[in-house]
Amino acid sequence: MSNVLILADFVSSKATKTNAELATLGARIGEVTAVVLAPAGKGAAMAAEINKGPVSKVVVVESDAFVNNGVAAVADVLSQIIASQSPAAVLVASHAFGKEVAARTAVKSGSGIITDAVDVAADVTATQLVFGGSTTVHSKVSHGTPIITVRPNSIDAQTDAATPAVETLSLQVSDSSKKATVTSTQPPVQGGRPELTEANIVVSGGRGTNGDFSAVEGFADSLGAAVGASRAATDAGWYPHSYQVGQTGKSVSPQLYVACGISGAIQHRAGMQTSKTIVVINKDPEAPLFEIADFGVVGDLFAVLPKATEGVKARKS
Amino acid sequence: MKIAVCVKQVPDSWAEKKMVNGVLDRESVDAVLNDLDEYAVEEALRIAEAHGGNEEGGAHTVTVISMGPERATEAVRKALSMGANDAILVTDSKLAGADALATSAVLAAVIEKGGFDLVVCGTESTDARMSVVPAMLAERLNAAQLTFASKVEVDPAAQKVSITRVTEAGVEEMNAQFPCVISVVEKINEPRYPSFKGIMAAKKKVIENRDLAAVGVAVDSAWSLVADSSPRPPRAAGIKVTDDNAAEQMVSFLAEKKLI
Repeated sequence: MSNVLILADFVSSKATKTNAELATLGARIGEVTAVVLAPAGKGAAMAAEINKGPVSKVVVVESDAFVNNGVAAVADVLSQIIASQSPAAVLVASHAFGKEVAARTAVKSGSGIITDAVDVAADVTATQLVFGGSTTVHSKVSHGTPIITVRPNSIDAQTDAATPAVETLSLQVSDSSKKATVTSTQPPVQGGRPELTEANIVVSGGRGTNGDFSAVEGFADSLGAAVGASRAATDAGWYPHSYQVGQTGKSVSPQLYVACGISGAIQHRAGMQTSKTIVVINKDPEAPLFEIADFGVVGDLFAVLPKATEGVKARKS
Repeated sequence: MKIAVCVKQVPDSWAEKKMVNGVLDRESVDAVLNDLDEYAVEEALRIAEAHGGNEEGGAHTVTVISMGPERATEAVRKALSMGANDAILVTDSKLAGADALATSAVLAAVIEKGGFDLVVCGTESTDARMSVVPAMLAERLNAAQLTFASKVEVDPAAQKVSITRVTEAGVEEMNAQFPCVISVVEKINEPRYPSFKGIMAAKKKVIENRDLAAVGVAVDSAWSLVADSSPRPPRAAGIKVTDDNAAEQMVSFLAEKKLI
């Protein structure tokens, strides 16, 4: 049976739930090997985090270069593993880091690349939603080892407990992959909320918040949701840039997206219109985002959200 | 410093896009300079200006590099009117439908031939949105990769670049020696509008046209191929409520959908 590599996804040494999604897709193609690239001394602990989904094996490589030199070092070692294992496909999480790793790995291994897949079939055909989600495209890599980045949250993952065999590989990061050096890292402040691109539910605020995100955050917390923001809100400095949802921010496709006081410029739609269910709250009945809302509320978010927050809490208790 | 800025002409983001024979139909839509590349042009100019400017005969040059059909000249001309010195546009019928791998191979070959200290790019094009070309360029050019920069500082004497970058991993400080490939996020600066003087000057600036033979890169078909594409049914608008107990109705809707 053919072998599929997934690049294990971590945030601050914690495995993300994207790993089970990558493994679920990988298992359609072949036996899944998760590649864990860890700083020195952290390999065993990080490998143990890969404990869900159809993963047959974990290979671990330890090097501080993965932290200190970032994308180039990760792509270097991933390419070496591809060369020695000749997998049928390589699946990587589709965020900025994952896409850049995939990009360099594709160049190094002389392989075709597909980014932002929302599904991958057993014959390694990838499904993408392009042009802001208006068009479905099926494509296939025709050269080398297919390198495919997969958007988090796109599929229902198989999350049965797994105890894959762990093997440690001794591979070196070449000096040419150490040209850029990370000198400091401040992890993002999550405030206990889930990560935006991974969250099942996202509640976003826009111009209509007038800079006051308390109602948006309150509703998000009642649902255990991540908080997002429109470009208008981040440009105004009301919310950090890293929370921007849209064409030039993050693309999300949660089970539920609640847009509060966001009119719905194409810029914003491009980042959220593949969400499974869309709820829109806006004072302006003509707001374009209502056109794609499964449930729309014409009303003031500062009146609607506190009541809805109470309603959700009442149902949960 | 020799600074290269990579730019792309893209369909206007407001235009309705469609696929024809597996590739984006570029003929039928208005084309503009990718707006994320304007930040790259601006940053390249600011890097030069912070160290004496890029005036004719000076120590620093900013060269615009692009790949695209003949009409991409308009996008290149816009970058020149902002203040870049000159430009190279690679046009070849064999490049229609080129993927990111081919694009990066062509750009890298042009950049390598010209010699450079810094390559500045936008983070992505608003049409393909892959966000992979800067990383591919760094790989191909064997240069340091400093991407998603929200702040760039260059020390030409020490040949060193320091950046602040913002990604899902948080806020990072990175540095590297020349040569570097830098991509910049949109909040890094406010791109200047071309002045009348700039527009007039750009008409006299040289845009060198090259075909693939001149670049010296062979491009075969794309390494990933579209099997089929279809428009998705537009999302239909659902329920819309305006009355006083809208909040309670919304919560009921979420509960019915098992989202609570």
